[in-house]
Amino acid sequence: MKKIKIKVNGKVKTVLDNSKLSDLLNNLNIPIKKVAIELNQEIIDKKRTSNIKLKKSDKIEIVHFIGGG
Amino acid sequence: MKKDKLIIANKKFDSRLIVGTGKYKSMTECAKAIKLSGTEIVTVAVRRVNISNKNKPLLMDYIDPKKITYLPNTAGCFNSKDALRTLRLAREIGGWKLVKLEVLGDKTNLFPDMIETLKTTEVLAREGFRVMVYCNDDPLMAKRLENSGADAIMPLAAPIGSGLGILNKINIQIILKQTKLPVIIDAGLGQASDATIAMELGCDGVLVNTAIAKAKKPFEMALAFKNAVLAGRQSYNSGRIAKTLMGNPSSPTEGII
Repeated sequence: MKKIKIKVNGKVKTVLDNSKLSDLLNNLNIPIKKVAIELNQEIIDKKRTSNIKLKKSDKIEIVHFIGGG
Repeated sequence: MKKDKLIIANKKFDSRLIVGTGKYKSMTECAKAIKLSGTEIVTVAVRRVNISNKNKPLLMDYIDPKKITYLPNTAGCFNSKDALRTLRLAREIGGWKLVKLEVLGDKTNLFPDMIETLKTTEVLAREGFRVMVYCNDDPLMAKRLENSGADAIMPLAAPIGSGLGILNKINIQIILKQTKLPVIIDAGLGQASDATIAMELGCDGVLVNTAIAKAKKPFEMALAFKNAVLAGRQSYNSGRIAKTLMGNPSSPTEGII
């Protein structure tokens, strides 16, 4: 299977070509209810992550809340 | 006594103390200080999930967003674009519409960039956010923010984390006099009495982070701030006596032997 490189939170990750965003989130063990996700600077509807296929050079940001003033 | 509630964006709160969740030694310490402070609103920052350490503790596991209102902030944003991106993401995490906007202009004094802040407030209000705005203690800017759709004005007491207390009481009083919005003193408080002074001026609330988190005894300081805010509000509601230059005896002058 062909592999592609993407960036997740600034770090390069290798994933299978045509794999889905939901696969990546599962592999990373992301608590989906507690995060927000951006794909190439666009916010992703968390209910639709299984409809999104990852492409070469995609940039994904996964954010959550941390302590702050 | 009549219920004296803090109302922000139609939401009612019993506590007038808002507490930041940054700078604590641990999540456990943070959660305990928050509990002791009696606060119902905490500020939180939006940051990348650490994807290499999956077991890192999550804030939401320590402070339940169902019980305490999360107020996402834009700390670390120096322009409108970044602030908007941050708050749109924050809203996505769990539908938060009430947010704290802060767009800073200088990395050393941490003063707000009011031009970027004003611009961002307009956009956020149009997008349906309820915006509490960190701002300078400038009465003109405070009015402009109100006219741009802000839900609360949050003037600084002094630079963020400085602990200097309220530097310009007159400006704060002018801001209070001319606005219909809740005014929350944000940033720069150092000790509990600073919060009392803010409340006695007639402010609707105070936001404290460093003064509690970095106190030698954060739990005691959290309690001190809780009591200070209550005392200040009671004092304000009680109607203070007029100031006089000369003394007035407290005991009757008649019948002196």
